[in-house]
Amino acid sequence: MQQLAIKREYPEHSRKFRKKAALLSALAMGLGQIYNRQYTKGILMFAVYVYGIFTAVTSLPHALWALATLGETETHLQKVGRLYKQVMGDHSIFLMIEGLITVFIMLVLVWLYIAGIKDAYRTGKLREEGIQPNTFKQTLRFVAAYRFPHIVLAIPMLGIVFFTVMPIIFMILVAFTNFTRDTMPPAHLINWEGLQAFKEILRIKAWSHTFYSVTLWTFIWAFFATITGYFGGFAAALLVQQKGIRFRSFWRTAFILPFAIPMFVSTLILRNIFNGQFGPVNQYLGMLGIAKAPWLSDPLWAKITLILANFWLSFPVSMLMIIGILSTIPKDMYEAADIDGASGFQKTRLITFPMVMFSMAPLIIMQFVGNINNFNIVYLLTNGKPLNGDFQFAGHTDILITWLFKLSMEQGKYNYASVIGIFIFIVLSAFAIWNVRRTKAFKEEEAS
Amino acid sequence: MITGKKAKTSVRLSFSYVALVLLTVFCAYPALWVLMSSFRTGDALFSDTILPASYTFSHYIGLFDKHPFGVWYWNTLKISVSSMILGTILTLLTGYAFSVFRFTGRKNLMSMLLVLGLFPGFMSMIAIYILLNQMNLLNTHTAVVIVYAAGAPLYFLFAKSYFDTIPKSLVEAARIDGAGHMPIFFRIVLPLSTPLIVFTSLMTFTGAFTDFIFAKLVLRSPDKKTLAVGLFDMIGDRFSNEFTMFAAGCVLAAVPVTVLFILMQRFLVEGLTAGADKG
Repeated sequence: MQQLAIKREYPEHSRKFRKKAALLSALAMGLGQIYNRQYTKGILMFAVYVYGIFTAVTSLPHALWALATLGETETHLQKVGRLYKQVMGDHSIFLMIEGLITVFIMLVLVWLYIAGIKDAYRTGKLREEGIQPNTFKQTLRFVAAYRFPHIVLAIPMLGIVFFTVMPIIFMILVAFTNFTRDTMPPAHLINWEGLQAFKEILRIKAWSHTFYSVTLWTFIWAFFATITGYFGGFAAALLVQQKGIRFRSFWRTAFILPFAIPMFVSTLILRNIFNGQFGPVNQYLGMLGIAKAPWLSDPLWAKITLILANFWLSFPVSMLMIIGILSTIPKDMYEAADIDGASGFQKTRLITFPMVMFSMAPLIIMQFVGNINNFNIVYLLTNGKPLNGDFQFAGHTDILITWLFKLSMEQGKYNYASVIGIFIFIVLSAFAIWNVRRTKAFKEEEAS
Repeated sequence: MITGKKAKTSVRLSFSYVALVLLTVFCAYPALWVLMSSFRTGDALFSDTILPASYTFSHYIGLFDKHPFGVWYWNTLKISVSSMILGTILTLLTGYAFSVFRFTGRKNLMSMLLVLGLFPGFMSMIAIYILLNQMNLLNTHTAVVIVYAAGAPLYFLFAKSYFDTIPKSLVEAARIDGAGHMPIFFRIVLPLSTPLIVFTSLMTFTGAFTDFIFAKLVLRSPDKKTLAVGLFDMIGDRFSNEFTMFAAGCVLAAVPVTVLFILMQRFLVEGLTAGADKG
């Protein structure tokens, strides 16, 4: 702030400015600023304050009531004169979301309120030091110059708060209710049930069995999907980039094909290619006199097919990245190795591989995390099939995320789905935060 | 000695070429198979030969006769292009703000966004559905575009990593010359970021182009459907067996995106590498 403020010689004032300004701001937002002679800013803030008080009085009690009770009157028939008329009760879900929005807005207002007090205090302090507080124009210029990132981030963050954060909080809340298709509002009211859904999933044997089995398979799947994609890409990159190979760009283009074809198209195609009865793969096997494989109908085969299809889809990305990294490895390292008489394999093992791993390690973990969540391929290729009689609404190849989808969209067990969502979320965030904290992008800045 | 080495090299190369050809077949086969199927007469999946016995264009024509394929196509293009423009702008700005500026809460905000990006999108779909309902946006393309674009900045990390590689001295020099934040961004940083822009645009474009779960939930009436939803319904239905027509639809849907990807290959490598290098 000092950059824009003009220092003037003031007579020694009493040292009361900051206290008074802060107190006035605490009394009502904007008063402190007006006291500091920042009239436009003060009036604007006061207007926000009035709006805030207005919302707090008019909607906060309702919002808190809505969140606490999720509605009290059920939809029922009421006698009006001689006829019975249906009277709509409280819609628990709408109440919950509206309550959430109000609480969000209130939190923002409280934050502004505290920022206002801080600002008044700081400006008061500047005045005590004999510095003229910024005029409104100066403030605007200051904001444009020094608060630029905040302005730039405001719009994306607003979108994220509304379409990502709020829905997530909503879904987390749902895990603590009895929201299922049977209690669908507005016909019924939803109630808070505490940890009931968690207990049921972990304690009731049929559910916990499904939960543990599906979790296990999710991790196995993510592990193999990541490893095959990465090493496949690595091999392809080495193959294309090796010395003396011609038509490099042709090969590269051919290998990018699986990545370039829109995923919903290629997965649906693969589903047909591996069709046990009509699919071409089995036809060719038949022509060669080999028995047909139950690609999608046998549990183990279906899992293998899934990993195979994922390999096909994912190795091009790794290949592209590794080709990029290969070009950054200094040539003289290989020349030095040549002089020492290293074989091609040794060079790959001792130079290329560690260099690529160094750059790729964080990305491999991110891919692993992404594969835990790889909804599309499982849903489009096998849809969790073949069915498993022991599982609750899940098939042999269902991973957590597709099971969650089935539970919510097909079975309407929204509270159970939310419990699983929370579980996935915890696992993933642990991985992600641990990973991100270790990457260069974060570390570099700690030094600077 | 020299001949021995030469022989070794040529053996290695011939093996490599065999591997390359096999891999090419492996990569291209599904695409070729679908292309061939789309020209095959009849509507069955099964065929005795790899190449169709006789060729027909009827499936391509049928797409427009029996299904509103043109409408789907137009809807998809509209949605993808709008989400691409909006989403790319938001992503670039987010990445730029995180790369260039230092402000309190920055790191926490970044970690938070990264974690949010991992959260399965449709977990929150019910809430978004209700939100859209409240805003009277159900069954509109605007809703889909808003949601896609609003989600795009979650994947800001590639953009941030790329901007990190642009020398700070350039920006500082411009600042000394008196350039404001916006002119610096548009005149200096963006022109240096073509690979990143292409990469981000392609990703947001294909994201919107291929998503079908959310589109299926929000877009209810047939005239609002997108390609992904339409094609999925074509064979998702147990009683439909228009496989060859589906194949033709796939070809029409996939060719533009595929060509785009192949043309933009160079930028893809560069955009991906910047991200890989920095994590």
